[in-house]
Amino acid sequence: MSQAQPRLRAAFSLGVTALLVMGLVASQWLLGDSPQQMQFDARLAPPSVEHWLGTDALGRELWARTLAGLALSFWVGCLAALLSTLIALSLAAIATLSARLDALVSLLIDTLLSVPHLILLMLIAFALGGGTQAVIIAVAVTHWPSLARVLRAELWQLRQAPYVRISRALGKSRWFVLHGHLLPHLIPHCLVGALLLFPHAILHEAALTFLGFGLSPSQPAIGVLLADAMRYLSGGYWWLGIFPGLGLLLMVLGFERLSSHLRRAL
Amino acid sequence: MRLIAPIAKRVARLALVLICVALVSYGLMMASPVDPIDAYLGPQMAQVSPEQRALIAQRWGFDESAVVQFGHWLRQLVSGDLGWSHVYNQPVSEVIAQRFQRSIALLGSAWLLSALVGFSLGVMAGAKEGSKLDNIISTYAFITASTPAFWLALLAVLLFSVTLGWTPTCCAGPAGALNQEVTLATRLHHLLLPVATLALLGIASITLHTRTRMLELMRSDVATHAFSQGASRLDVAWRHGLRHASVPAITLAFASLGELFGGSILIEQVFAYPGLGQATVAAGLRSDVPLLLGIALFTALFVSVGNMIADSLYTVIDPRIQPGGL
Repeated sequence: MSQAQPRLRAAFSLGVTALLVMGLVASQWLLGDSPQQMQFDARLAPPSVEHWLGTDALGRELWARTLAGLALSFWVGCLAALLSTLIALSLAAIATLSARLDALVSLLIDTLLSVPHLILLMLIAFALGGGTQAVIIAVAVTHWPSLARVLRAELWQLRQAPYVRISRALGKSRWFVLHGHLLPHLIPHCLVGALLLFPHAILHEAALTFLGFGLSPSQPAIGVLLADAMRYLSGGYWWLGIFPGLGLLLMVLGFERLSSHLRRAL
Repeated sequence: MRLIAPIAKRVARLALVLICVALVSYGLMMASPVDPIDAYLGPQMAQVSPEQRALIAQRWGFDESAVVQFGHWLRQLVSGDLGWSHVYNQPVSEVIAQRFQRSIALLGSAWLLSALVGFSLGVMAGAKEGSKLDNIISTYAFITASTPAFWLALLAVLLFSVTLGWTPTCCAGPAGALNQEVTLATRLHHLLLPVATLALLGIASITLHTRTRMLELMRSDVATHAFSQGASRLDVAWRHGLRHASVPAITLAFASLGELFGGSILIEQVFAYPGLGQATVAAGLRSDVPLLLGIALFTALFVSVGNMIADSLYTVIDPRIQPGGL
């Protein structure tokens, strides 16, 4: 293992991931509606040269559906991670304003952490009535506490830093200190935090959808594909169960690697 | 006497957190677009006149304001009445008690197995950084940490139940058999695969955590000193490493109860194991609000007590850490 060049490895891993994501997004453009196209003469066909990963019970191509599902997961994960980071940042900023607000935010964190993630996700998705929006909000609302803790600790430390105190003593406004000194320091933390959140976000989205609380069954999400596969499992249609999950695993692994490389490089 | 004050503080905090959980989950249920009367009536909805609906609403207190309803619910909760589950047609507390009895076998054995195996794998990997064993164990832990729980369960069913036919595909006992007729061996046979899958997922985090601790130790002065006296890596791992890494591992095991429970929901769903996780999914999909609220509170209690034990264990196992000093 070449540990001498963490930046190089991070750049390489970033390039590969970006390329794959671009390919994934581009494929959605090129594919059009083929993930939904049914071929009634080729139902539940095993993987072959014509049907690369096989077809499902309605004769839809599994490879096209898996790609579409991964693209869906990617967008849901992106939006949820972004939203979650924003929540973490704003609550961490609120917590540093006064001791009472700090106690309130930490009580909120304790409350959210004491309910198992999946149950909280189900409650929120239930409250919002399901669907894509509900999943994004539910995942965003449940994933911010760990990042908020990191940002809060950073902010407390920064407030005591000499340059911030000098800046305040020289009469600079709170706003200037916030966006001139504090935010530039926090942005790398936010970036890494969002990247760390991302794999969890997609895994939880898939789990929620699999249980039937997430994306609607008409969308080719990975969770939907695997829930479908469950019904045909005892018939020995192994390809339905293996490939969508494998795609998801590879995507999560790719982003995990990227975030661990980036964390080392920054 | 020194120990009582912090414990009392923790219990007070626990009560506060539980009240917050009750408030948040009740608020979420009130915000839901699902009408509780529709959910209760189900397909008989069409046969009920508006007057009858109003009567039901009055009987259940739905015509009151949300705050008053919350007050009623909280008062009943304190007196031990969690409400009526319309999915199982039983009091919620009975449903939770029955289901949890089945789940605890799954949760407990998976938890114990993952803690023990995870810890020993972590010690083995951390004892010699960069060795072949370390690489294998680290890669394995890294991959399982990213694997969707339900997919792993699905693969397990596919391989062991469908293809090889070694284990049953579903449920806690043979279909149609009465509870009393099922022997212990059959029960264990049905539990085998779910426990193995759930444990496999929990192992990763404990392994990675323990490994980091071991690497820390191997670079510390203690280890250098021991090496200079001629101790082998195995010696250092056995004499110092176990103690050094065991406290964080035990703490992590207690702190990860929430994750374990989340995993059990997915795995019970795949294996159709009739435990608390499956009841949660059924309650959510069929809008059984009292049951959902009861389960949310129950699991919050379960996880919070786990976290409390994790915090308290630190001071019990390692007397150098003063309570309240962190």
